[in-house]
Amino acid sequence: MPEQFFWGVEVVLNGLMAGVLYALVALGFVLIFKASGIFNYSQGVLALFAALTLVGIMDGQVPFAHLINAALGTEIHHFGWHLPALLAILLTALVMVALAWAVQRFIFRHLVGQEPIILFMATIGLAYFLEGLGDIMWGADIKNLDVGLPQGINATIDEVTYEWFGYGFFIDNLDISATLIAAALVTLLILFAQYTKQGRAMRAVADDHQAALSVGVSLNFIWIMVWSLAGVVALVAGIMWGTKMGVQFSLSLIALKALPVLMLGGFTSIPGAIVGGLIIGVGEKLFEFLIGPMVGGATENWFAYVLALVFLVFRPQGLFGEKIIERV
Amino acid sequence: MLYREAGDFKTSYIADSQTFPIRFDRWRYYAVLAVAFGIVPFVINDYWANAVLLPFLIYAIAAIGLNILTGYCGQVSLGTGGFMAVGAYACYKLMTAFPDVSIIIHLVLAGGITAAVGVLFGLPSLRIKGFYLAVATLAAQFFLVWLFNRVPWFYNYSASGQITAPERTVLGVAVTGPEAPAWAAYLLCLVFVTVLALVARNLTRGKQGRQWMAIRDMDIAAEIIGVNPLAAKLSAFAVSSFFIGIAGALFFAVYLGAVEVGEAYGIQKSFLVLFMIIIGGLGSIFGSFAGAAFLVLLPVFLKNVLVGGLGWPSDLAAHLEFMIVGGLIIFFLVAEPHGLAQLWRLAKEKLRLWPFPY
Repeated sequence: MPEQFFWGVEVVLNGLMAGVLYALVALGFVLIFKASGIFNYSQGVLALFAALTLVGIMDGQVPFAHLINAALGTEIHHFGWHLPALLAILLTALVMVALAWAVQRFIFRHLVGQEPIILFMATIGLAYFLEGLGDIMWGADIKNLDVGLPQGINATIDEVTYEWFGYGFFIDNLDISATLIAAALVTLLILFAQYTKQGRAMRAVADDHQAALSVGVSLNFIWIMVWSLAGVVALVAGIMWGTKMGVQFSLSLIALKALPVLMLGGFTSIPGAIVGGLIIGVGEKLFEFLIGPMVGGATENWFAYVLALVFLVFRPQGLFGEKIIERV
Repeated sequence: MLYREAGDFKTSYIADSQTFPIRFDRWRYYAVLAVAFGIVPFVINDYWANAVLLPFLIYAIAAIGLNILTGYCGQVSLGTGGFMAVGAYACYKLMTAFPDVSIIIHLVLAGGITAAVGVLFGLPSLRIKGFYLAVATLAAQFFLVWLFNRVPWFYNYSASGQITAPERTVLGVAVTGPEAPAWAAYLLCLVFVTVLALVARNLTRGKQGRQWMAIRDMDIAAEIIGVNPLAAKLSAFAVSSFFIGIAGALFFAVYLGAVEVGEAYGIQKSFLVLFMIIIGGLGSIFGSFAGAAFLVLLPVFLKNVLVGGLGWPSDLAAHLEFMIVGGLIIFFLVAEPHGLAQLWRLAKEKLRLWPFPY
């Protein structure tokens, strides 16, 4: 029994850590949705694109090498440098800001005032576009990402818990640092939204576009800023997930993991994204641990969705979402 | 001068409410049917059937189905792949359980079973709206694919986990299995497409279709003027799933022959069909065909030009295809949010007035 119990506790702990990573992706969604009403499906692909760019810049890959080689018959691959991780992260963040500008300038500027569902579909198009672009720019092979985050089992926790309970908990160093970084990021974002001029403007836009416009807030600037923020959040998420499982196509699927988190937490709530992420993380790990073996395993693919679906039937706006008021 | 209502006098209500009120349109429709039924089966070969015609016809059915739900009734669904899988597995179980019954009955029954599953997953739509519903339909997608992957009963305990279509005949000619001639498979799909498109067209312009559109445009207002949202939404889910189920069954039994569920009916399929109706035009039967044709032909075209013509590696062409599809979707949403169908409508409007601009 104690063995079983400790396993359960370990599962819960790991679920919490996974939940933090889900929340990180969900956070990017919430930022954009609050400020512009766009349900941004491409958030996961943004993370993939950011991670690909980061690896490419660190390794000094030539962008579009594959395309250039195919079109011109040349054989170029690398510039032949290796950048330190911090510099590469900064450069990638710049790329994400440029991308945010381009997205705003070439897509959503033309779609102002369209129905939300049209905007949603535009982000699906954007997701496809970025997926192809990322692969063409940097190649589709699986890449290793190492920015110097500690990895592997945390020996201290293992030893200490073994002394206390007679059972060593297995907790990955990477998960711990991911949790800390995510917590720091969330705190920073909340501080930014509450106490800076731009943050206030962002909240004003989220509240009422036209009122914000009439008191002199530049919608264009705010939207570029929000997309940049989402890009940076995606970069952080991309670093975490990329370190964990390699930079590859399946990275973009974490967006699909973040969707039920959003549903559960409500599309407009930052705390909702975090609490939702934790609930989903723990819930799916526990379900897989307790029920999974009985029904053939791999329940993680759908459990989060079904949980969110059942939950929504009883509370359609999610845990912390604003109450939906319908008028004719 | 040909494209005019003028001189085409309607003398009965039936004539007045026919599908193609303009004579030229009517003849064009008959001509398309005549070519599709009378000429194509004799000139078809395996490459054309497998690369273009069969996927086009099957995706057209799926696109019409999704268009009924999303375009006419306004409920965005991302579960198309899952519902296609239901159709495929229902068809497979029926084919292996009752080998003596005609495949056509199996296909229709598979559609019916999918309709029932669709209604089940459509129930939350009464409480959940908009994006929340779109995400909720993903639950159907992932759960159904997982179910067919993990429960051996569905694939008859085969070692590979795949389902393989046994050979079945219609009027003595094999339509499924490896021996089926291309023209037979093509004709079977064509018959289904023709009948289903006709059904969809007439459903959507009748009472049922108007109820769906009322719900789409504003569900509360629709409820106030006497549309029952429960009946309207669930019937949209049922009819849509029926179409998608038949498309999935044809996709498995006639087109692929053997299917691995995660690969053939994954989330990508859901998006593909959604793109078809966006590019083709939401709320238009013609748009479903146009979108299906566009997205089936585009990869074939790109592959022939880039890989065949320029000699580029095929993975590069695949990535470019992603970029082009994504870019086109954005382009269409920006330039013409109502899709190819709207361009078609505008062209017809111009034709009617030609040679005068107004």
